[in-house]
Amino acid sequence: METNVVGVDQSSSGEPSAPPRVHYLNAAYGIGSWLLTKDHKRIALLYLLSVTFFFFIGGFFAVLIRLELITPPGDLMQSETYNKMFTMHGVLMIFFFLIPAIPAVLGNFLVPMMIGARDLAFPRINLLSWYIYSIGGLLGMGAVIFGGVDTGWTFYTPYSSTYSNSNVILAALGAFVAGFSSILTGLNFIVTIHKMRAPGLTWSRLPLFIWAHYATSIIQILGTPVVAIAIVLVALERLFHIGIFDPKLGGDPLLFQHLFWFYSHPAVYIMILPAMGVINELITCFSRKRIFGYHFIAGSSIAIAVLGFLVWGHHMFTSGQSIYGGFVFSVLSMLVAIPSAIKVFNWTATFYKGSISYQAPMLYAFGFIGLFTIGGLTGLFLATTAIDVHLHDTYFVVAHFHYIMVGGTIMGYLGGLHYWWPKMTGKIYPEGWARFAALVIFVGFNLTFLPQFILGYLGMPRRYHYYPEEFQVLNVMSSAGASILGVGYLIPMVYFVWSLRYGKASAQNPWGAHGLEWETSSPPPTENFEKQPIVTHEPYDYTPKPEEVAVV
Amino acid sequence: MSNEHASALAHQFDDLDQQFEASTLGMWVFLVQEILFFGGLFLAYSIYRLQYPQAFEAASRLLDYKLGALNTAVLICSSLTMALAVRSAQLGQRRALVNYLLMTIALGAVFLGVKVVEYGDKFEHHLVPGPHFALSAHEPHLIGINPQHVQLFFSLYFAMTGMHALHMVVGIGILAVLVVMAWRGRFSEEYYTPVDIVGLYWHFVDIVWIFLFPLLYLISRH
Ligand code: HEM
Ligand SMILES: [Cu+2]
Repeated sequence: METNVVGVDQSSSGEPSAPPRVHYLNAAYGIGSWLLTKDHKRIALLYLLSVTFFFFIGGFFAVLIRLELITPPGDLMQSETYNKMFTMHGVLMIFFFLIPAIPAVLGNFLVPMMIGARDLAFPRINLLSWYIYSIGGLLGMGAVIFGGVDTGWTFYTPYSSTYSNSNVILAALGAFVAGFSSILTGLNFIVTIHKMRAPGLTWSRLPLFIWAHYATSIIQILGTPVVAIAIVLVALERLFHIGIFDPKLGGDPLLFQHLFWFYSHPAVYIMILPAMGVINELITCFSRKRIFGYHFIAGSSIAIAVLGFLVWGHHMFTSGQSIYGGFVFSVLSMLVAIPSAIKVFNWTATFYKGSISYQAPMLYAFGFIGLFTIGGLTGLFLATTAIDVHLHDTYFVVAHFHYIMVGGTIMGYLGGLHYWWPKMTGKIYPEGWARFAALVIFVGFNLTFLPQFILGYLGMPRRYHYYPEEFQVLNVMSSAGASILGVGYLIPMVYFVWSLRYGKASAQNPWGAHGLEWETSSPPPTENFEKQPIVTHEPYDYTPKPEEVAVV
Repeated sequence: MSNEHASALAHQFDDLDQQFEASTLGMWVFLVQEILFFGGLFLAYSIYRLQYPQAFEAASRLLDYKLGALNTAVLICSSLTMALAVRSAQLGQRRALVNYLLMTIALGAVFLGVKVVEYGDKFEHHLVPGPHFALSAHEPHLIGINPQHVQLFFSLYFAMTGMHALHMVVGIGILAVLVVMAWRGRFSEEYYTPVDIVGLYWHFVDIVWIFLFPLLYLISRH
């Protein structure tokens, strides 16, 4: 068994005269070979580029928001401009970064590899969905260039359909189009996971990363079309003054909120479930231990997917739905905590008597568990109707969802990117820098968002560009944290790009991990495997180190 | 001959069976997505129907149920020709396949033609939502009905039938591609996957209409 943790490929230096190995990166050259590729691994890299692009644009807006909030009066920009800033921040981050990030980059790369397939079931549709995503992104950017949108990422009617400016149509269309890309990715994953597993890879031998993506795909298929039709109706209402949501014409804005949150609450699980899938892989690999409670973790992914569809009304406690509705949604919301907690407990149990190594991906996994737990527990506050009336639309909510989405999803994404980087590129990144960046991100994150819990609890509302003076200290802390966080996100980008040129070549399996993706060379050949793998083992078959066996 | 079949097998699959199963499952998953897509509209319709029962009843009588019934018959026939097309494909009958596909396209076109007539009629009578919407005074059963709620009905009518018609247009486009492929002899007893899954799509679009017709045209007629 392989023991070196950061392995360096010795074989390549052994034969200096051998021709360079053909893999998916150098199998074809030229921009056309990328823009027309049907290889899921190349499409994953296309997504990596576009997702990173939108992340930094969205981050730029976040910087502007935090700059404005350093001082109590609105001295940097008008409220009008401020509204556009937080709208674009939200739209870009949610629809163009958080939702696609892990499925489209890591999922695209790994789902076929992990199940021993040569590609996804529908490679052409996969490429198409990248184009659709990009067109959606350009529409969203177009909305910014033509003057911005000020509705918030939620596009609440009748503001979006009647009163706001007509850039709403562009931005909403962007989100709508991106939704189709998400549906197509989900469809591709479901079919691939059902029909293309390697011989011997039964359902109970599937990696948990695959289970997480399976559950995510179900949500994408069932939720996205509902928000899509809601967005179409908003656009029709703007264009033709039909009155489905407009109360002046007999329509009902609450209907929009129902349709919107029927997707958008499950959408938070589209963001977080894949991250949980990544965390499973990291934790068992760096604990050198079989994951605790495999079936519970797999089942809880499906349970989250199902329960996620029953709780949308917790966003509408203060919108005027009936108190009985509120009560039911409150109870159901708390139920979602159960499968989430199952996962956290299972991870913790996996650490127990594991031999843990603190490689960079593992640091992100630890960060994930901490931040997700805080985010989840504060979700319970918000799910309690009485408390939500106080906290609704305050900075408490902002802190809550950033802990989940930024703390959870991005930690999972970065952890996964580090873990599979050697597989994707064949290069090793500088470990010291990577640990340092993980630390900076963790510190910066907490400094940014912990004060916001307090701010919200004290009553500072979200979406305002000025505030009473007594809130300034906490806001300055938050802005300072945001700049640290920003630097933290830039560092990995620098050393990842650096590693492409100067990084050492990686061995096939630098972490000594289990899983089919490690049973082929790094970077893999276009067909993924030299010959069809056959699975004979349970997943995560990590054997304890010999000395530990002796102790027992 | 066998070479030709091998070319129909995409590189990521091991054999034609696996490819067929994957494509069929893919279409089913897509249709589940479609159900939820239309589901949002059906939900909106049911909510407002419950909220404004009289207005919706009155408004639904402004639709021409005879044209609706005609279109229902047309679509059921097209489902039949589509099913026959799939069967011809399975039996490897190229001529029959092309003919049935063309018949399906023709029936779809008839449906859309009737829809155009209906839409034109609504346009003439100012029943299209928007600034020009107006209820004419000579409709006695509309007395006492809030015109806004009638407009809401028509908003939903156009959204739902419009979305359905869009699906028909897409379907006809795909069928046209199939005709060309069938003409060139791309299908055989072993390989007819595209015909089969397009058939699924076509039947689905027909079924949506089977729900739309009674909901919009019939529900309050006695
Ligand atoms: C699993 C990942 C989760 C994510 C990504 C997430 C994300 C979000 C987001 C984005 C919002 C803000 C919506 C807005 O703009 O108004 C929000 C609000 C809320 N979340 Fe979560 N959430 C998660 C988990 C939970 C859990 C587990 C609960 C309850 C047990 C919960 C309860 C709530 C409630 C009640 C609100 C509404 C707050 C209000 O509008 O006053 N969330 N969440
Ligand atoms: Cu929610």
